[in-house]
Amino acid sequence: MSVKVENLGFAYGSHRVLEDISFDVAEGTLVNVLGPNGTGKSTLFRCILGLNRSYTGTIIVNGKDIRTLSIRERAREMAFIPQSHKPVYDYAVLDVVLMSSGAGSGVFFSPKSSDVDRAYEALERVGIGFLADRPYTRISGGEQQLVLIARALAQNASTIIMDEPTSALDYGNTVRVLSCVRQLAEDGLTVIQSTHQPDQAFLYADKTLVLHEGNVLAYGTPKDTITAELISKIYGVDVEVNSLHDDKVRVCVPIRELDKERIG
Amino acid sequence: MANSADNREKRGHSHRGRRANLILVGLAVVLVVLGVLSFMVGRYPISPDKVVGMLFGSVAPIDQFWTAQEATIFFNVRLPRVILAMLVGCCLASAGAAYQGTFQNPLVSPDILGASQGAALGAAVAILIGLASFGVSAFAFVFAIATVMLVVLVAQAARGNQVLTVVLAGVMVSSLASAGVSFAKLVADPADQLPAITYWLMGSLTSAKPADVQMVIAPMAVGLVVLFVLRWRINILTMGDEEASTMGVNTKRLRLIIIVAATLITAASVAVTGMIGWVGLVIPHLSRMLIGSDYRKLMPASMLMGASFLLLVDDVSRLLTTAEIPIGILTAFIGAPFFLYLITREGRRK
Repeated sequence: MSVKVENLGFAYGSHRVLEDISFDVAEGTLVNVLGPNGTGKSTLFRCILGLNRSYTGTIIVNGKDIRTLSIRERAREMAFIPQSHKPVYDYAVLDVVLMSSGAGSGVFFSPKSSDVDRAYEALERVGIGFLADRPYTRISGGEQQLVLIARALAQNASTIIMDEPTSALDYGNTVRVLSCVRQLAEDGLTVIQSTHQPDQAFLYADKTLVLHEGNVLAYGTPKDTITAELISKIYGVDVEVNSLHDDKVRVCVPIRELDKERIG
Repeated sequence: MANSADNREKRGHSHRGRRANLILVGLAVVLVVLGVLSFMVGRYPISPDKVVGMLFGSVAPIDQFWTAQEATIFFNVRLPRVILAMLVGCCLASAGAAYQGTFQNPLVSPDILGASQGAALGAAVAILIGLASFGVSAFAFVFAIATVMLVVLVAQAARGNQVLTVVLAGVMVSSLASAGVSFAKLVADPADQLPAITYWLMGSLTSAKPADVQMVIAPMAVGLVVLFVLRWRINILTMGDEEASTMGVNTKRLRLIIIVAATLITAASVAVTGMIGWVGLVIPHLSRMLIGSDYRKLMPASMLMGASFLLLVDDVSRLLTTAEIPIGILTAFIGAPFFLYLITREGRRK
């Protein structure tokens, strides 16, 4: 069991954000976390990553209670991929990837040539080795997101947490980033990723965790979990879940639009 | 196919590294040349062969071909002054570079946490109670450290974004200290104490003595070594605390170590020279333009450039007029226009 969350609760002051959250994630699984804004997805991730310390309950990553781990030890177990953002200073793509190479090492660490090799391998693995010497601020948003994925790979952790990696990307980049992440899960990495698109879960995820008002509303395979009732309950939008290509994928379509005259 | 692309990129990386190393060597050469020139120029010029002779006379068997007067000027006036200019420039620039990374803000300078204003208050108090120059320096040093310690304690007691609270606390405590300096000027004896305070505030290397170098060399060496050793980690801090922490960096501890090291060298600098502004803000920017943002190269580049810059400005201040212009004024004359250029350039980019 790669990630095991038991009875997790968290509150900002008297405002309870998460309550009694429990779920297991097996190794090599891609879990999609679905839920409306403000439902505690980011808070859940911050707890798992050890950024929120004052939670109740237990979080076990790779068999280790993260409460007992130091910052350095946590970085050895899991990597975080934030949404791509403009850094204050301009670094070469390779230098951005190198930043994770000291995770787990002491304060006097500085990257060696073996770390540079590993950073190149990570860039090649996500298919952007040719960008290594380009300035990070002058590549596209999708490429920046791939660089951050490469950085997480270079960190050599078996679990990767991603907070809405595609929310700022265009359609093409979204597809490229998500299929890259899918491949990583197939290679044996455990990935927990939040999203706003139920359709993405059908295409890319092994399991879907649905958070609603601070609780786990459902957890299972995307097909079992994402139903018209569930979407209606968490987003307040009535949808029809359609199956395509002999049920290889499914899509959600808002019913409101189907009823209108201009279609069909 | 993938392999050849791999090799090509690797060559690209080592090419980038080689270029940066060449720039660093170039900066070191400039510093050495400027150093020798600075020994020669002044109201009593000393020829280059004598400079080299005196520099190595104590370690190599060279017959004395210089006058005793030249030796006195060289060892008691020029040598400490040149060493101090280099050390102070190096310290202010590297402290500025470290802070700009640590606080994720390119407009930050070494006195952001109140080291300079604290030193000014210490110097003013020392002058008021009639201490000699050593006492003034010691007071300035201790007050500078105490001011930054106060800032850090206040910031740790405050809630919220750590970067923001430290900088805010720094601005507030700084203004408190400068109010103290104003009060000291108000009650100072206008015949001798007031001019002494005013002159100290302008910053100068004119009165550099061998004792000054001896006093500051230890704290400066410690602080510079710490910043140099930690320089790669500053890269990670620029990504923001949460991201850095998921990459295994104890951001709170690292920031504190950097603040302590940078404060040590800033306080030591300001204690012996008075307020010298702009070096810590402008030199890291120039270095970044020249060599890029990677602190593995940026930190040594800032150190070398800072040393060269202050040496050059000091030479100018020595040569320009017989009544020397305090170096703090000259650095501001050069620094302020450059700063304005920087912010207008940022505006145009958007």
